Amino acid sequence: MSLLSVENLSLSIRGTSILQDVSLQIDAGEVVAITGESGSGKSMTALAVMQLLPDGSEVDGQIVLDGNNVTAMDEAALCRLRGDIVGMVFQEPMTALNPVQTIGAQVAETVRLHRPDLDPATHASEVLARVGLPPGLIPMSRYPHELSGGQRQRVVIAIAIACGPKLLIADEPTTALDVTTQAQILDLLVQLAREDGMGLMMITHDLAVVAQLAQRIIVMQNGAVVEAGDTPALLTSPQHPYTQALFAASNHQVTLPEIAQTAPLLRVENVVRDYALPRTRLFRRPATHRAVDRVSFDIARGERVGLVGESGCGKSTLTRAILGLEPVQSGSITLDGTPVFSGGAPDLTVRRRMQVVFQDPYGSFNPRHRVARLITEPFHLLDTPPDNTGDRIAGALTAVGLSPGDAQKYPHQFSGGQRQRLAIARALIIQPDLIVFDEAVSALDVSVRAQILDLIAGLCVQYDLTYLFISHDLSVVRTITDRVLVMQAGQIVEQGATEAVFTAPTHPYTQTLIDAAPTLPASSKTKVMQ
Amino acid sequence: MSRTLILGGALSALVVLAALVSFVWTPFEHTAMNIPTKLQTPNGTHWFGTDHFGRDMFSMIMVGARTSIAVAFVAVGIGIGLGVPLGLWAAARQGGWVDEVIMRGNDLIFAFPSLVIAILITAIFGASAINAIIAIGIFNIPVFARVTRGGALPIWAREFILAARVAGKGAGRISYEHVLPNIANLLIVQATIQFSLGILAEAALSYVGLGAQPPTPSWGRMLADAQTLVSIAPHMALVPGFAIILTVLGLNLLGDGLRDALDPKLRVARV
Amino acid sequence: MLRYALKRLLSLMISLAIASLVIFAVIEVAPGDPASFMLGINAQEDTLAALRAELGLDQSKLQRYLGWVVGMLQGDFGTSYQYRTPVAEMIGDRLWVSLPLAIYALTLSTLIAFPAGIYAAARRGKAGDIGVMGATQIGVAIPNFWFAMMLVLVFAINLRWFSAGGFAGWDKGIFAALKSLTLPAIALALPQAAILARVMRSALLDVMGEDFMRTARAKGLSRAQALRRHGLRNAMIPVLTILGLQFSFLLAGGIIIEQVFYLPGLGRLIFQSISARDLIVVESVTMLLVFAVIVMNFLVDLAYAAVDPRLRARA
Repeated sequence: MSLLSVENLSLSIRGTSILQDVSLQIDAGEVVAITGESGSGKSMTALAVMQLLPDGSEVDGQIVLDGNNVTAMDEAALCRLRGDIVGMVFQEPMTALNPVQTIGAQVAETVRLHRPDLDPATHASEVLARVGLPPGLIPMSRYPHELSGGQRQRVVIAIAIACGPKLLIADEPTTALDVTTQAQILDLLVQLAREDGMGLMMITHDLAVVAQLAQRIIVMQNGAVVEAGDTPALLTSPQHPYTQALFAASNHQVTLPEIAQTAPLLRVENVVRDYALPRTRLFRRPATHRAVDRVSFDIARGERVGLVGESGCGKSTLTRAILGLEPVQSGSITLDGTPVFSGGAPDLTVRRRMQVVFQDPYGSFNPRHRVARLITEPFHLLDTPPDNTGDRIAGALTAVGLSPGDAQKYPHQFSGGQRQRLAIARALIIQPDLIVFDEAVSALDVSVRAQILDLIAGLCVQYDLTYLFISHDLSVVRTITDRVLVMQAGQIVEQGATEAVFTAPTHPYTQTLIDAAPTLPASSKTKVMQ
Repeated sequence: MSRTLILGGALSALVVLAALVSFVWTPFEHTAMNIPTKLQTPNGTHWFGTDHFGRDMFSMIMVGARTSIAVAFVAVGIGIGLGVPLGLWAAARQGGWVDEVIMRGNDLIFAFPSLVIAILITAIFGASAINAIIAIGIFNIPVFARVTRGGALPIWAREFILAARVAGKGAGRISYEHVLPNIANLLIVQATIQFSLGILAEAALSYVGLGAQPPTPSWGRMLADAQTLVSIAPHMALVPGFAIILTVLGLNLLGDGLRDALDPKLRVARV
Repeated sequence: MLRYALKRLLSLMISLAIASLVIFAVIEVAPGDPASFMLGINAQEDTLAALRAELGLDQSKLQRYLGWVVGMLQGDFGTSYQYRTPVAEMIGDRLWVSLPLAIYALTLSTLIAFPAGIYAAARRGKAGDIGVMGATQIGVAIPNFWFAMMLVLVFAINLRWFSAGGFAGWDKGIFAALKSLTLPAIALALPQAAILARVMRSALLDVMGEDFMRTARAKGLSRAQALRRHGLRNAMIPVLTILGLQFSFLLAGGIIIEQVFYLPGLGRLIFQSISARDLIVVESVTMLLVFAVIVMNFLVDLAYAAVDPRLRARA
């Protein structure tokens, strides 16, 4: 009999159907991945197993965990089950821990609840040591805010496995983490599952993350399981069209037009950007943090350059400096010879030649303005708005695959992918010389991401775009850029032609990044590339 | 529309209506004394009874609504007029010295027990409705400044603000164009709450004789008149008391209803 | 932690300094000359001048301000224009009515509001929650001085459980003194309790939506256990803020409630002094009230740090 058996699970929340007829099994010691895009119901399936569904949920079907029918159990029995038989790890380590309690106390609480025979503090210290936080190095008296994101996720894992559960559920456990940390956390989870013979249910939107470590993969779409199977078989010969489309999108490649090398457009020379840290003493100069450290590079007209690095490496700071939003302490940033930063009042002649596309498709538009007003905001940079504004709006919307009629809509009437198209339209409308894509596809589902990448490649053909593409996602940068810069701790540690850097990285950090980045096995890649 | 919103809106509308109608009609002249009919309990002629001078309390309540509404309205206006720009300015200069000065100034005003200062102001500069308005209005400034800044900061962190900066717009223009419309709901809800607090504060000041002066009728002073007579004529205390409670209740329900209707996640300050 | 406390202490000093300046300035621009007010309109010019000199009114503004502040630091609040007695003596007895009243009311308010707020949050959307919230909605709308009149009507005049006003005095024993403060304290506390209960409930509901509460539930804690062990302490921060502000309200509200109950507290003193234009008393009493509120805010800041380790670290 399986450790976990979900049969014909249907779920609706306040009348909205979330899951339909979901069935799946997980055996003891088995690593099973549940994957799908947002709205596929994968997280709700996990919460249904925990019976931690939102208020107003109606469940139909059966969930049997280690011989217990959890859908029929009362709350007291469920409380005994949670933390003891089943543990759960959540996506957001920054908020998953109680900020006002020490990490030791939070781990010890699980032990105290379920294992009266053990000494909570001693056992907690052992568990923390197991997840890589030995109390000798990281005292149990630390508070969550004193730890890094990866360390916090280790604490969350320690809480989940403290009582040796039979099933561990990990809901996007690495999505909020950097790629190198992600690899370590994944290794830790799989190692713990193997050592304790736990079943591991791994929920992820990123197929590549689980391709190497899951024994079985379950693919979900719109609240239903569309395909399930052993990993190798599923990766090499996916049966369901959705699975095939998902694989294709995950590996989506675009072809960029050739470029003729010309004179540099953007020139970044020896740029240093310091931030003042909070004052520690009243009358002492506050210490500074060097976010960007002597960075130099050029972007030639028509060139597509990528910038990769992990969070905190200085990418965002560099972006704001290039856009002329913040001053730099030394060095210079010039666009065609003109400095981009011109003190308090922005120099419109430079500003109008640069535009930016941001990451968050929901946060990058003022929800109270209509599309026509939103995408014409850059016209503020012109001395007089163009007289053919209407045509320009229609043109920009058409160029990004929307219709001119969309100009009168509000942003909430568009999907995430469509909003990202709007953001590109806003950048294009003023016909800038340089566009900065700041994590512009990172928040999108893979299938939408593939469409946006196609759009960008298409626009390169049409408009001879020059852009700086900033991303933490190596696979995207690899296909959408000609040249790549690798940034670590404020410095550019390596730069060169994209393909050359990816196939033969010279700097050890680049090597680490590339090794840590999860990839789908080559077999599935070749299979789906038409 | 929720029941809260409807009930709150109806109560608030009723009070405003009473105040407006009092300009053209009241059952009796609200200042007309008639000793023979003094201290009557509510009856067919005098719906809310009469006071110790035989004045018709229904008429007095109607005219008193004008005072309450006018004082609270202008006091809220002062709070919005000065507090919102200050809050927007502080948010635009987050972490800078402007922000620091504005927020420290706010803290300082909060450190003064508001009613004590209101008493001080009206006592020193003379008891009048105008001084009551100023005294109440001053304490609305930090409330609106704080709520505005609190609402504006998360907006400033949104990417559309960065997009506007890339489009060369300055902090003032961004505050007006992008921040203000997105915190308007918050301000509307806060305004109804401050309005109700203003009505309570006006009543308290008038009760101790520092609000509107005779012959301008006010609910607070009606209660002061009632105090010594409460054992023989409880209706003199009950009627203005209920008028205040229902008005404040109506405004609070309206505020809650608006918040739920506009955005349930709004964070308003309630003190 | 120590550094945080020192920082808050410094900010307390600055607040006090600015507050004293503001109060001095307000009194300074007050129309009317205390000396001529005391002696009446028919006073001789030389008598007036002599009185002004006696009261120190002929000194420069700066001298008078410094004299006032330094005096207060030494416990000397000046001499009443009206009674020619030290202000400190006049304040002394009355402080022992107003301060206990405020603390009594704050205690009552907390004792009522915390259980009510927690109960309502735990039963969100159910009949209990709706009942408590309805009651608080009305409680918030009640003017405390009107409520005081009603309490007098019911419990003093009709039921005769309490006296209608006046203060027994601490020399009559703690019980008698507290009894005479009970109705005033209830009148002050209930409307404030309504506000506090609402804040408590919404703070708890906010915390319940946090990720770490889900982690707590995934550990095997029941809803109530998670609320108690993880929710309460995190919800305390907004509640403490309101608690600090309420102290200020209760002190000030007490001034009006003292009028209803004829209590010989700071409120009556301030009103008597205002009508007698005894501005030095007004000035000192106001400063004392502001001092109490600023000290309370300081204590609230320390309480924040005790609750939230992130604040201790940031200082």
